Amino acid sequence: MQTPAPFGYERATSVEGAIAALQRLGPEARLVAGGHSLLPMMKLRLATPEHLVDINDLHELAYIGEKGGELAIGALTRHVELLKSDLLAERFPIFRDAEQVIADPVVRNRGTIGGSLCQADAAEDLSAVCTALKAKCVIRGADGERVVSIEEFHVGPFTTAVGDGEMLTAVRIPIRPGAGSAHEKVGRRAGDWAIAAASAAVWVDGGRIVDAGVALAAVGLTTIHVTRAEELLRGESLSDELFAEAARISSADCSPTADGRGAVDYKRHLAGVLTTRALRRAAARALQQEA
Amino acid sequence: MNVAITINGEEVSRDVEPRQLLVHFIRETPGLTGTHWGCDTSNCGACVVLMDGAPVKSCTILAAMCEGHEISTVESLEVDGRLDPVQLGFHERHALQCGFCTPGMLMTARALLNENPDPTEEEIRVAISGGICRCTGYKNIVSAVRWAAEHEAAARQEV
Repeated sequence: MQTPAPFGYERATSVEGAIAALQRLGPEARLVAGGHSLLPMMKLRLATPEHLVDINDLHELAYIGEKGGELAIGALTRHVELLKSDLLAERFPIFRDAEQVIADPVVRNRGTIGGSLCQADAAEDLSAVCTALKAKCVIRGADGERVVSIEEFHVGPFTTAVGDGEMLTAVRIPIRPGAGSAHEKVGRRAGDWAIAAASAAVWVDGGRIVDAGVALAAVGLTTIHVTRAEELLRGESLSDELFAEAARISSADCSPTADGRGAVDYKRHLAGVLTTRALRRAAARALQQEA
Repeated sequence: MNVAITINGEEVSRDVEPRQLLVHFIRETPGLTGTHWGCDTSNCGACVVLMDGAPVKSCTILAAMCEGHEISTVESLEVDGRLDPVQLGFHERHALQCGFCTPGMLMTARALLNENPDPTEEEIRVAISGGICRCTGYKNIVSAVRWAAEHEAAARQEV
């Protein structure tokens, strides 16, 4: 029987209350929302927090909306809501692509975007999605709010910029014209983690790429931000040759390890193929938006 | 800590350790052993129950998280000796052999039909993709859910 080691439990009724609880309980306290990453780790003793602060009642953190030229997603927004949101599908269809292949529908009823990002698992899809979209993360502590880029947010494997006594409250994505985005993933079976996955975003003006985002999941110790591919794409005209070159960079710049899901060469190959596919779909969607 | 959860319409209150999982609370306290405890890793779906109407994996939820929420288990499907159409469908279409995955499949199917009374085969396959069945190859489960959808539609027309 798998049961977590003993811990103390309390429920937060406000964001301020959750932060106060984290400060009072000290660095061995953890927030829990959906719990679908944390509880399995606790069962395996990979995580042994002394206290859990349950934030499932903080409904004010469950929202998807536009504000001040940004699309804002509350940290407690569950995968099922990200999948169903027509606003999100219109602005950033990459989310619907990803949410259709994240775990399974039952798990998606519980898991949250905040939990996914804070887990900082390199194989997790939304970290790649948010990296490609150049998202910003809102972190709140007792002294107020700070906003960091998704790059700064992901410090390393399973490690984020969220400090003791702080919590992630929202993800914000700048809304810019001519946007197109897509996520491509290959797994062994329904609901499994990716063998490899690629997120791509382009912002297009008159057939020319103003800006681009490319990120990979499951092919390194962290989410791979393929900055060299982005530099290549920026300022160029959309073309299959260009995407093929970006794919070669993805293959070269990732650092997969061999495991039950595949060999290194296979995963590198897959990272490239999925980069091409994601860029093609992102470009097609951007052109639709322009038309 | 004391936890009070409404299970199948009745409040169940008990002192538990915060680490107690919902699946064990359900099976031990009111003794509702219809909910199966399977892989313990949120993969197999045998432990699926409805939380405020939505299917969830009860091996990956703390009982303490369910205080104030309504849980429905497979035992809630049969009412006054009458089986739910989903249960009848599983019977009619031979959608189980060993039966271990069945409670989770039934609750997942019930939630699907509550939200989408006329699902396509593809929609059913997506909905049940969080459950693992090692006997049927899923074909008869999909067929059973379609059977239930059709018979519920017919029953609604009669009324």
